[in-house]
Parts: sequence; C-alpha cells; structure tokens
Amino acid sequence: MKLQEPAAQPGASASTITSVQPRHLPALPNFIVKTLNITEWEIRKLRHDPTDLVTRAVQPALWLIIFGGVFSRIRAIPTNGVQYMDFLAPGILAQSVLFISIFYGIAIIWERDLGVIHKYLASPIPRASIVVGKALSAGVRALPQAVIIYLLALILGVHMNPNPLAILGVIVLVMLGAACFSTFSMIIACLLKTRDRVMGIGQVLTMPLFFASNAIYPIAIMPAWLQVIARVNPLTYVVDGIRMLMLYNAKIDLGSLGVDVLVLLVITTVLVSIGAALYPRIIQ
Amino acid sequence: MTAIIEVHDLVKRFGEHTAVNGINLEVEQGEVFGLLGPNGAGKSTTIKMLITLLPPTSGGALVAGYDIVRQTANVRRSIGYVPQALSADATLTGFENLLIFAKLYDLPRKIQAQRVNEVLAFVGLAEASKQMVQHYSGGMIRRLEVAQSLLHQPRVLFLDEPTVGLDPIARQAIWDHLLTLRSQTDMTIFVTTHSMEEADKLCSRVGIMHHGDIVALDTPANLKATVGGPETTLDDVFVHYAGDTLELGGSYRETSRARRAARRLG
Repeated sequence: MKLQEPAAQPGASASTITSVQPRHLPALPNFIVKTLNITEWEIRKLRHDPTDLVTRAVQPALWLIIFGGVFSRIRAIPTNGVQYMDFLAPGILAQSVLFISIFYGIAIIWERDLGVIHKYLASPIPRASIVVGKALSAGVRALPQAVIIYLLALILGVHMNPNPLAILGVIVLVMLGAACFSTFSMIIACLLKTRDRVMGIGQVLTMPLFFASNAIYPIAIMPAWLQVIARVNPLTYVVDGIRMLMLYNAKIDLGSLGVDVLVLLVITTVLVSIGAALYPRIIQ
Repeated sequence: MTAIIEVHDLVKRFGEHTAVNGINLEVEQGEVFGLLGPNGAGKSTTIKMLITLLPPTSGGALVAGYDIVRQTANVRRSIGYVPQALSADATLTGFENLLIFAKLYDLPRKIQAQRVNEVLAFVGLAEASKQMVQHYSGGMIRRLEVAQSLLHQPRVLFLDEPTVGLDPIARQAIWDHLLTLRSQTDMTIFVTTHSMEEADKLCSRVGIMHHGDIVALDTPANLKATVGGPETTLDDVFVHYAGDTLELGGSYRETSRARRAARRLG
C-alpha cells in the first residue's frame, strides 16, 4: 500500500490526450447494450467472489436429502407414478431461485446507501435498462444454483433429461423466474426503502409462495382455495416448466410449456415497467 | 465569460419542509464554484436537482445550456458526478470499475481501455489499477471516483462533499487534482462543502447557503473583506451568515428530521 498520495501526473491530462466522442445508439440497441453492461458488471463481481455460491447450496441440499429422503420412504404424495425424489428436485431448484431472488431488493438498498444508484441516475443510462439489467443479473446469480442442484440430483439418483435443448430450457426458466422475483423484490425495496423492511417482507412472502405452489406436492391434492392461489402464483409456472424439461420421463407438452414461459414473461414485463417507474424514488 | 449553470427561483419542498427556498445563481464556465453551508442548509438537495436526481417543486435551471427538467438526457451526458459516499464497487478492480462506466457512458469500444488508463494515470492510480478496490484506502477510492467522473470529459463536474472523512494528506491530493483540472481544462467544477478551508483553497467563488437560501455570494476574498478586516477567515464569514444554525439548525436532530421528511414525502 502506498503511503504517499501522488500528485496529478503532468502529461496525463484528464481531457487532452484521447478525444472522447461518445457514440449515440438508437433507443432500442442502446437499451439492450446498457442492460448487458449492467449484467456484465454482476458477472465480473461473481467471478471475483464466488464464495456465497457454496453457502447457498446448503439449503437446497437439506431439502433434497432430508425432506426428499423422508417423503420418498412413505410414498404419501401422489406424483403420477414419478418417484418422489424426481418430483421434488425441480421443485427445489425453483424454490432456491425464489429464495435467492426475493431478497435481491436488499442489494439495491445497499447500492443506494453507497451512492451507486445516484451515479446511475445521474448518467444517461435508460432507467428501464438498469432494472432489466439487475433482473438479468439476478438470473445470472441463480444459474450456479441450477448447476449445484443438477449435481445433487445426479448423486441422489434423480432420472434427468440429458438433452441439451431441455437443459437450455431449464436455464431460460431459471433466469426468467429469478428476473420475475428479483424485480418484485426491487419494487418492494423502492417502496419500503430500508433493508430491514425488505428482509421482513421477503421472509413473510417466501413461505406462502413456496407452499402455495406445486414445488413439493401437486396442485391436485390441495384444498380448493389453495389451488386458486397456486394457479396465480408465478412459482407454479416456474416449477411446471422446469419439471417438464428436467426429468427424463416427463412428457414435454409444448403448449403448456409455452403457457409457462408466456405467463412469466408477461408478469416480468409488467413488474419491470412498474420497477423502472419507481426506481428513481429509492433515493428520495 | 458565459454562464454554464443558470439557476432561476429554484424551490424544493418536502411536505411542510422547504429545503431550497427559491435560489438564483449563475456559474461561469471554467470556474470552481463552492456551495457552502452547515448540514441541512439545502446544499445536497440543490446539487441533486441540478444533476436531475430530484425534480424541483418550482423554478428551474439550465446546466450546460440544457433544462434540468425537460432535457434530462442532455444534462446527464454533459455532467460528471461524484457522490458523497465512497461508492466504488469494492469487489471489482479499479480498472473494472472505470471500464463499466466507460461502457455506460458510450465511449467507443476502441478507446475504452486507453481512456480508462489515462484517467487512472491522472489521479495517480495507474499502478493500483489491477488491485481490488477493497484494498484501496479512502483517499484512493475517492480519487478513483474522480477519475470515473472524468471518463466522458464532462463539461461540468459536480462533487458532493468530496473530502469528507479523508485524512489531511488524501484531502490535499484531491484538491491538487481538482486544481490541476481547473488549470488544464475549461471544465467547470461545482462542489458542495462545509469545510471553509476547502472553499478557500479551491473555489473562485462561493455561495453560502442557510435555511434553503443563498445568503452570500462572492469570491472568498471579497466575502472576507465584507465581514471584517484582513485577519478574517472564511470561517468567520460562515459564522457571520449561518451562525445561529451552528447551534440550532445544524443539529443532528434537525438534519435527520429534514432528511426523514424528505425521504418520506419524496
């Protein structure tokens, strides 16, 4: 570490050497480029510090090994002939995506306290690309989770579909799910504005979203009122799509897969529009 | 000389609380202008309006010839901003921090790395550029942020309390870099501070803010002459214009109440 603060370097002028002529992109390419820039930022961060990826693997491992282990023995849940561990693995993947993403809003409160958001907002980046870039970043963060759960599932003998296209489909669904829940979390952060409150709301929401979905049991065995909630719960669509693509013997019904993707796309788009409008409010 | 910042009757209210009370101000191109005042005087709110983070309640301003309400995109392209907190990303290297912003500010791909290295060299961080920012000192982070704000050669550079929390040596380094900028370029520098020493060292003109009004506006030398004899310091000027605030308005409770109200009512 240097003890001396160096003086300004003569010759290395702040403005004279390289003439900076910013390029001007049309609105849509500009939006896409900036979104990818924000996402690149996140990938660079992950590359430098991958430690928390390991700690995040603990919870899904417990669900699969302990919960999955016990319920596989009693065969209490009708899963249409699928082994319970097979049925559970996609549900736990979706669950871990939810659990990571629903607290993503805390990150942007952190950024507000650091002044990073002030720098974003004082720069010419479109607001929507900040929000979509963050949502994609959450998607990138969720991908290692998918790798870990695939590995765990392999060890536990889950029968998985090795088709690369199917795996690509799982990746898309994981990223869509993460984008959806992280944007929701960012909206909460813009409204509530403190870390504690976002943490609190996140905790209140995760369990109902998880239990009112088809992650660990099929919708058919739920009481009628819960079935209604499960059908409007985005997590159900994430689970449904992943289950179809991840498991070896699952029938891939392109129609219902399309519905899953479409529902998630629509919800995420609506949330992103709300998020982009609310985002500047977080600094006020 | 031409005015690069023109402020007309600028007002910001947060509910009952008036943070900025109809100020008028002109800043000439190439000058270093200091906005002084105790905590809660309205400096930060003023700067936030000028850099398009907060919409004014009424009145307006032109920055680099663009309206801060109707031409926000143009204003944002013309300015650089160094926020009060040390906001660089600690989990990236100094070089990466700047590279991201070079991209976000649309620097052509060919010159991105070159320009980043150039501004890093300017603030004396060339050798540390591949280190993670978490190993930087506070002074180095601040210099990194100054470098970042210069990437796109802004016409006006806004700094919000740039030396708060820095040790005297690091503070001197920041001042040196800003003064070098001032002598080498025609960039205008707008700085908020509550350090009299800083205003005296850096600024060609200062405005003193008090309860949302600009109560004095002149060169440091003229302000000192107005208030007292040759021995007068800017500290005396400050106490003269904002004296009661030091006991009342500048208190922690007052400030935090104003900030809370501001946040709630947005």
